[in-house]
Amino acid sequence: MTPVPILTERDQAAVRKEFERISGKVKLVAFSQELTAADRCRQNEQLVREVAALSAQITVEVLNLAIDRERAEAYGIDQVPAIVVEGARDYGLRFYGVPLGYEFSNLIDSIIVASTGVPALSEDTLASLRALASDVDIKVFSTPT
Amino acid sequence: MRLAQHMSVASDRVRSTVIEATEFPELSRAYQVMGVPKVVINDRVRFEGAVPERDFLGAVLQAVETS
Repeated sequence: MTPVPILTERDQAAVRKEFERISGKVKLVAFSQELTAADRCRQNEQLVREVAALSAQITVEVLNLAIDRERAEAYGIDQVPAIVVEGARDYGLRFYGVPLGYEFSNLIDSIIVASTGVPALSEDTLASLRALASDVDIKVFSTPT
Repeated sequence: MRLAQHMSVASDRVRSTVIEATEFPELSRAYQVMGVPKVVINDRVRFEGAVPERDFLGAVLQAVETS
């Protein structure tokens, strides 16, 4: 049975327009684990596939947190559902939970910036980030609405 | 909060994780998330609400200094 689409035709048109700014390949890696959060993992996989269908530059890989442990560890993923957004390399872009609502636009923006590798930040900020001598882990808690 | 994602792309040192607070109540409790967006940097520097780029960078640098 084909699931009901998450993205409306209007959503798809808006995302296609945004995706005109994509300038390189992007891989979306979705992590699932049926026993933990089956419904949300399925919804997450479906969302990732629907988004990927809107650009020829986007590919999808679905991994299982329990089975693909080494890959999960390498990505630093320990929760499901999760999405890793990879561009020319792994920039460290992660999403925990199904990114709907406000976070959906964040996912789309992450895909675009991962494809270009060009962040929209000031020169001062870029210089400070280039000078970082230790790792920085940023968690952003958000809500679907 | 897109600054975090753009900072990740700008530096290999920076990783950003967007967490749907309602889907991960245990994580949200652990980090005392009362309002969103809530940003937690290196588990030390925390703030709520959207902030300008300069302030966000200041929080990142503060987190690194106190690490």
